[in-house]
Amino acid sequence: MKIRRAFSIFTAFTAIWFINPVSAQNAPIDESTPNGLIRSIVSDVMASIKADPEIQKGNITRVVDLVEKKIVPYTDMRRTTEMSMGPNWRKATPEQQAQLIAEFKTLLIRTYSGALSQVRDQTVQYRALRAAPTDTEVIVRTVVQGRGDPIPLDYRLEKTPSGWKVYDINVLGVWLVENYRNQFTNQINQNGIDGLIAFLKERNKMLASARPSN
Amino acid sequence: MIFWLQSFLGQKARRSLIAVLCVSLIGCASIPAGSQPSAQDPWESFNRSVFVFNEGLDDYLLKPVTTGYRYVVPSFARNGIDNFFGNYNDIYSALNQLLQGNPGIAAKGLMRVVVNTVFGLGGLIDMATPGGLPKHKADFGQTFGVWGIPSGPYVVLPFFGPSSVRDTFGTAADIQSDYLLRLLPDVGLRNSLTGLRIVNARNNFYQAGDLLDGAAIDKYSFVRDGYIQRRQYQIDQSKAGYDDDEVLPPFQNPYE
Repeated sequence: MKIRRAFSIFTAFTAIWFINPVSAQNAPIDESTPNGLIRSIVSDVMASIKADPEIQKGNITRVVDLVEKKIVPYTDMRRTTEMSMGPNWRKATPEQQAQLIAEFKTLLIRTYSGALSQVRDQTVQYRALRAAPTDTEVIVRTVVQGRGDPIPLDYRLEKTPSGWKVYDINVLGVWLVENYRNQFTNQINQNGIDGLIAFLKERNKMLASARPSN
Repeated sequence: MIFWLQSFLGQKARRSLIAVLCVSLIGCASIPAGSQPSAQDPWESFNRSVFVFNEGLDDYLLKPVTTGYRYVVPSFARNGIDNFFGNYNDIYSALNQLLQGNPGIAAKGLMRVVVNTVFGLGGLIDMATPGGLPKHKADFGQTFGVWGIPSGPYVVLPFFGPSSVRDTFGTAADIQSDYLLRLLPDVGLRNSLTGLRIVNARNNFYQAGDLLDGAAIDKYSFVRDGYIQRRQYQIDQSKAGYDDDEVLPPFQNPYE
């Protein structure tokens, strides 16, 4: 009797375990709500990675291509850079600002593309969105569950005339913008805004030539 | 890094390591010019030298050993080992969740241990997570934080890495209460398990370590700021009971 009950619990768990994996779909991107947007981008990107053995092998060019096509259009890198720069942003000329946005974007794509190529059998859980329909700033909270510990991954979005845009992400409790503030400020104090641009350029060149460790 | 213990090394090795540590600490690493002193890091100069020591230890010992581990041990076995230690840690997480005033989370945590131990081959397979019992890690430093004890200055501990005054006491409590680390009677087994645990912990952020090298302009302050943010986040999450009813923090951007 006991054994049978234990067995049925066992089968229940096994069943849940096997049914759970996300279904890959090619639905159009839902831009009407912030959580809908994140959900459709994430499933689209995950499906693309799973369907592309080159990306899984760590082909960075392919990953960067994917990011440019499927993620970048829904981000506001200008805002990300501006907030990371803090008060120094206003001291930069429009040309410097444009360069900073471009180089910071490249740096983020390069550093995170390695992580994207690791996507295999992870599932993403979406926590309930707590926001009023009139809100123009929201946080979409998710948890990435793969092997090992769950990874909280949150997105901060703003409503712009051209739809919802992501401008900050939180990985494991660390907001990207907040963590780059000191990085940028210190570099600017040391070498000025041009020094920061030069540093980012140099780093991006280095990352481009580095072999992905896999 | 995360789990280190006295008994892992013999007396002699321990003494020579301490000697190396002292020598490397005497030459305090200088703070880069222009770097703004952080209010949470008054001991930056000292911390930087410990950071350099830890980085060296990682480059010359821990990372090469972990690379070898990844080469020798197949992926499914590494996952099993990670799940085993994860299952063991879940016991302590449950205890800490209870101390943090989250009895529901603690009960689910214990359920995780039961499910994974009984149906997951003694913890080698994590059946509980896909079965709807999510993991909520907790340690003593976090518990102290939930109790309202301030973190105090940021500290980089030799071997353990980023910490704070409060979290140093937390880590000491973690170690004191750790069965596999301190209380397991068989010394040989205990040391082997601890070695495996250290390598497993390092293996869990094998790729993330490289990511950090690429992303940071100054790795020391990048890691520090991230650590401080993350610990606060964990404490806030626990205080909120991990529910979804959190209010958005007021949005502030004074730079526009």
